[in-house]
Amino acid sequence: MKWDVIFQAENLALYGEGVVTTLGLLFSSLLVGGVLALFMAIALTERWKWLRLLVGAYTYVFRGTPLLIQVYLIYYGLGQLEWIQARWDEVWPWTYFKDPAFCAVLALSLNTAAYTAEMLAGAIRETNPGEIEAAQAFGMNHWQVMWSVTLPSAFRRTLPAYGNEVIMMLQTTSLASAVPSLIDLTSAASRVYAKFYLPFEAYLFAGLMYLLMTFALSGMFKLLERRYLAFLAPRSSNV
Amino acid sequence: MTSPSTKLKITNLHKRYGDNEVLKGVSLHAVAGDVIALIGSSGSGKSTLLRCINLLERPHEGRIEVAGEEIVLVQDKQGQLTAQNAQQLQRMRTKLAMVFQHFNLWSHMTVLENIIEAPVHVLGVSKEQAIHTARHYLQQVDLAGVEDRYPLHLSGGQQQRVAIARALAVEPEVMLFDEPTSALDPELVSEVLRVMTGLANEGRTMLVVTHEMGFAKEVANQLIFLHQGKIEEQGVPAEVLNSPKSERLAQFLSGSLK
Repeated sequence: MKWDVIFQAENLALYGEGVVTTLGLLFSSLLVGGVLALFMAIALTERWKWLRLLVGAYTYVFRGTPLLIQVYLIYYGLGQLEWIQARWDEVWPWTYFKDPAFCAVLALSLNTAAYTAEMLAGAIRETNPGEIEAAQAFGMNHWQVMWSVTLPSAFRRTLPAYGNEVIMMLQTTSLASAVPSLIDLTSAASRVYAKFYLPFEAYLFAGLMYLLMTFALSGMFKLLERRYLAFLAPRSSNV
Repeated sequence: MTSPSTKLKITNLHKRYGDNEVLKGVSLHAVAGDVIALIGSSGSGKSTLLRCINLLERPHEGRIEVAGEEIVLVQDKQGQLTAQNAQQLQRMRTKLAMVFQHFNLWSHMTVLENIIEAPVHVLGVSKEQAIHTARHYLQQVDLAGVEDRYPLHLSGGQQQRVAIARALAVEPEVMLFDEPTSALDPELVSEVLRVMTGLANEGRTMLVVTHEMGFAKEVANQLIFLHQGKIEEQGVPAEVLNSPKSERLAQFLSGSLK
């Protein structure tokens, strides 16, 4: 095992760049995807059937196909369309589609939005109808009920499942390495492997980095759950 | 012309679910300080009546007037009546604070947050004022120490008393109680009834759907017996309960008809 190669300055720098890119991909896609998911979750639980069907079709497609295919279609596929080719040199916003990072974040965002929307919609549907009725009885209109009761309650109950989603997204960002010239952590490992023919050391080191990031993220979620799910904690006998 | 002390006037309320008519023309009148006990077997329509008053259920026919203001009702697509003006409905609902059988406290909020939520977000009261009022009512229901606890960590009796404080905090004209003690263990029933008795003695106008005959006899000044959607008998509780005129009421009280 040749670990000293991995720990050479320039290789560590490459891994460092990979970690930064990975975290960048993760947080941008979570942010964009999260905002989209909120609107979609509300759409999925509102009273207009056409809206529910429309958004439902979206989540079906994006949960029903592999992220890798979504990345390929957005990065390579769109580039084949003449309509896009005619515009992506000058016309904003199509210029973004030439940027590999943009394509990766777009694919990741659309994907996480679909999963998160369904998670949140489920929690919204499960909101205690008695609590909703009480809110109505106290004079709150539909959106006030959403804002004061349904959404805060649903967000809290979605937290454990969302923590899972975030950790999965961290690992999923490695699929962005399918986009050439985007150096995420997995691509960095691949480069080291290609240069030194040390597959085991290269990928194991990357694996360790992912583990460390996962540890940090799951720790953060544990703290969030302790705070925001305190209301569901079992009654302690000494209180 | 409705007299100024009339807090609630319900006229000819009808409600059906499909073919089943649950309320067959119920009228009721409450003046300030009235404590009206609504009794009857399950399916008699008493909870439905209460829930129609604040339009949690939509009646098919009838008129509702709260503190001299009539809620303007229009027919919806299913033939039921709904409030024409959303703002009026919101206003009316804060005058008709409700206490539910299953408490329905907002579980993700602390006790204090539960009580200030409606005053701040519906009535526009400032947060400091709402907190001050909330603490006053928590004191009144004998729960001064629990304001930072979460509802699910309280006993049923405590939760219901918080719910009562929450209802008091919006300074309602009429308080609606939907079987407030039915979900409580017998030992906890008395603490809630004690609070309700205190409210009655204060002169609050209360409409209470209940099975607690003791409360009806001791505290209520009017008793309404509902049977199959109609008011079968009505009057001063002591008289009605001791010498029921209708046979059905006699059977209900003896427990043989359910």
